[in-house]
Amino acid sequence: MDGTRILRRSFVHLILIFLTLMWFLPTLGLFITSFRDPAAIADSGWWTVLTQFWETSQYTLQNYINVWEGENMARNFWNSVKISIPSTVIPIIIASFAAFALAWMDFPGRRFLVIFTAAMLIVPLHLTFVPVIRMYLGFSELTGIKMMGEIHGLVLAHAGYAMPLAIYLIYNFMLELPRELFESAVIDGANTWQTFWRIVFPLSLPGMVSVAVFQFLWVWNSVLVTAMFIQFGSRNAPLQILLTDIGQMGREWQKLTAAAFILIIVPMLLFFALQRYFVRGLLGGSVKG
Amino acid sequence: MRTRPWVPWLYLTPGLLLMIVFLVYPAINNFIISFHGRLAREFVGLANYEYIFTDDRMIGVLGNQVLWLLLYVPIVVLLGVVLAVLLDRVRYERISKGLIFMPMGIQAVGAGIVWKFVYAYAPKGEEQIGLFNAITTSLGGNPIAWLIERSINDFMIIIVAIWIWTGFSLVFSSAAYKALPRDVREAARIDGANEWQVFWRVTIPMMRIPIMTITFTMIAFALKLFDEIWVMTGGNFGTHILSTKMFESVKATNYGRASAIAVVILMAIIPAIIYNIRLYRQRGVF
Repeated sequence: MDGTRILRRSFVHLILIFLTLMWFLPTLGLFITSFRDPAAIADSGWWTVLTQFWETSQYTLQNYINVWEGENMARNFWNSVKISIPSTVIPIIIASFAAFALAWMDFPGRRFLVIFTAAMLIVPLHLTFVPVIRMYLGFSELTGIKMMGEIHGLVLAHAGYAMPLAIYLIYNFMLELPRELFESAVIDGANTWQTFWRIVFPLSLPGMVSVAVFQFLWVWNSVLVTAMFIQFGSRNAPLQILLTDIGQMGREWQKLTAAAFILIIVPMLLFFALQRYFVRGLLGGSVKG
Repeated sequence: MRTRPWVPWLYLTPGLLLMIVFLVYPAINNFIISFHGRLAREFVGLANYEYIFTDDRMIGVLGNQVLWLLLYVPIVVLLGVVLAVLLDRVRYERISKGLIFMPMGIQAVGAGIVWKFVYAYAPKGEEQIGLFNAITTSLGGNPIAWLIERSINDFMIIIVAIWIWTGFSLVFSSAAYKALPRDVREAARIDGANEWQVFWRVTIPMMRIPIMTITFTMIAFALKLFDEIWVMTGGNFGTHILSTKMFESVKATNYGRASAIAVVILMAIIPAIIYNIRLYRQRGVF
């Protein structure tokens, strides 16, 4: 290699390493800060820690204890769980039923329904909020069952919103199953229900996990949909709403950084545990909203 | 599979019902409400639309929306493609890609707080604990209130959105880049093309379709974007775009206005999404 090439190569490395650091350092800063004493946070930048990184006496768990107990964050965390898990499991099971019918049953109107489902992907959720809110209010007036501000109201809306993408993606996974599978199932005398639960469902599980990871993260993180149905400051508010609240109130960095890390840790764990599904799910889900 | 005629409908009904209740009916109803007043009672014709396109504050909102489209979209797309091509040649590709993709999981609330901390502001003379102001003041400048200063705050939020979504554009481009045949680039190099020419004249044209897909996905995304802005500024200090303004109108129970803004968002999105679904189908993504 001649001189200019070495120079150019090191320039490329420099840019790449700089950009990678730009994507990593801000999160590291948040992480370190969440373990620092409130007085130290206000006194010096988090990067000063790096020069004496192994000095363990400067770290504390107190911020986490404070937000978890003092801010009642435990409740918001459980709200997040109570919202995210049913909002993921229920729509995916319902969607897998529909996808199975669309992919492998013969009936008039099947093609139309596939196109209809794809067309529903176009609808921005913004278009639905006012009507759904009015529908919920009307329903409560009629039946006395409260929907707005309640976890079941939000979960139901999430289930509805998840439908087109979930049906469409699972439909495509199911289409790829070999035809012989169904023929041999019929020969063995399996009925439709048995074919679905014993053969189709388990075989499409990898595809469904991608959809589930996407849907879970979407529900876990979404502020827009959540805040439409659950007020800021409500006892039913999940983590991300609480964080938006304390974020807008002021600069108690010790609280904010620790709370943010509790929110982030769940997607992070998913990321490391299910990296392949994680990437596939997020790429496939990018049309949603 | 052959079944009795009513069996398919048994499987389809719950899903279809959910779509009709939460998407089809609301979408139609929303159009009707957009021609009505505050609580959707009295008919007001086009007044809500007139408000969107003539009110001074709304013009500012539309301006911001255009700024987002013109700045956010091309930067995310280009950054993703360039990184995909450059990272393909280095040994730390996997770890770099992993780190850059991570904000996709963190998403707006987490990322918003991460960056609020980077932008943290303390008055002059006090210790700056935000990275940006620490750099600014150590270079002898005055500390800047990055999210409040009107001339720059839009850009600061756009940076956050870029930070989150570059991972998407990078992973998508990278998959497309690795699927390209290498020999075309090799042939161009043998013919004396330099790397710059190979990138612009060979790689980019060959990646046209995936690049278009990312671009249209990001256009639709920028028109629907809400969380990033809401977490950073709550739409204050002049940072509203259509989506945040719509949310504000809902919360102010101005249903007519909110519905009309939603219709405007839909109209702006339709071309991008239709084009995109066609591309996705061609590529067999779904």
